[in-house]
Amino acid sequence: MNHEEAEHFAQHVRRYLYVFYALLFGTLITVGASYIPFGNRELNIGVALLIALGKASLVGCYFMHLVSERKMIYGILGVTAFFFLGLMFLTIASFSDLPRNSVTH
Amino acid sequence: MDIPYTVEARPDTGLYNAKVGIWLFLASEVMLFGALFSAYILLRVGATGDLWPHGWLNIPIGTFNTLVLITSSITTVMAWASLKMNQFGRFKFFHACTILLSLAFVCIKSYEYHDKFTHYEIHLTDGRIADGHLVKSTPEQVIIHGRFVEDRKELFDLRAQGASHTHEEITLPRAQIKTMENYGPWHHTYLAVYFTLTGLHALHVIGGALVIGFLWGPGSKLWRQDPDRFTNRVEISGLFWHFVDLVWIFLFPVLYLL
Repeated sequence: MNHEEAEHFAQHVRRYLYVFYALLFGTLITVGASYIPFGNRELNIGVALLIALGKASLVGCYFMHLVSERKMIYGILGVTAFFFLGLMFLTIASFSDLPRNSVTH
Repeated sequence: MDIPYTVEARPDTGLYNAKVGIWLFLASEVMLFGALFSAYILLRVGATGDLWPHGWLNIPIGTFNTLVLITSSITTVMAWASLKMNQFGRFKFFHACTILLSLAFVCIKSYEYHDKFTHYEIHLTDGRIADGHLVKSTPEQVIIHGRFVEDRKELFDLRAQGASHTHEEITLPRAQIKTMENYGPWHHTYLAVYFTLTGLHALHVIGGALVIGFLWGPGSKLWRQDPDRFTNRVEISGLFWHFVDLVWIFLFPVLYLL
């Protein structure tokens, strides 16, 4: 590897370290935020999942190199996201499908 | 005859074979864990509010385990970056760290599981309920370190109670015990989901650690014959490892904090 390539990778290593520090910080604020009473439970859940999504994005984009991947990978992930969201939607939508006077109502 | 595109990228996709393969595999893993998460959502939303546990898991231990896994993620990517910079010694160091961190994660998880399996809810013949960790069990009596509660609902929201309840050593003659059940997956829907999700995740951690261990050990001799191909293998194992970390990033708040 020549000097230019080594310098290019050294920059990547710095970026990885910054992402690592952000993940550590994100973990601590996830725990801290869980102790803050936001008023209702849904808001607490939303905040926790939002922070988790941010951390997951950092891992995906930088550790898994998704910021610089090829179109085929984005295509695979797009199909995956479609089916994953569909699965979550079906789960939540199933609550409108329950018969009246069932145990969960 | 060599299989093409194990190192150089295919001209149409710009990717080598294993990279497409691992991302397809990770897509299937997303659906696997997604199905379990959606089952958890359904069970959680359908449960009676005051009978869903809060605070049954140790948050400092869970937080530390999260930090262990995040650190193993950075050591994995640094191992790959070291190979890209032709630094095999550094690769060996970082991957060794990854393996040790994965072992630490599994050990801590085992400790948490043990804590649950030694925690008992005991219903007595006189109607009282005792709850605590098993100290000693003999044919005549059971000794736990815990407390008595008047209503079973007091056992559920431990976060709201904080440190307000005290524990003491309680000796219970077996003749007075009606039922005695530990906090295994059979004890409550929450624990069934907890053990299923974290157990499957732990199996993935062990599997990933075995692969990384192979690449660190006997598999590393490929570096001398075909360094680019070996680097690609390390990248692929790293992608799996980051996925395992990603799953835990969602598991931790869902199970421990919410």
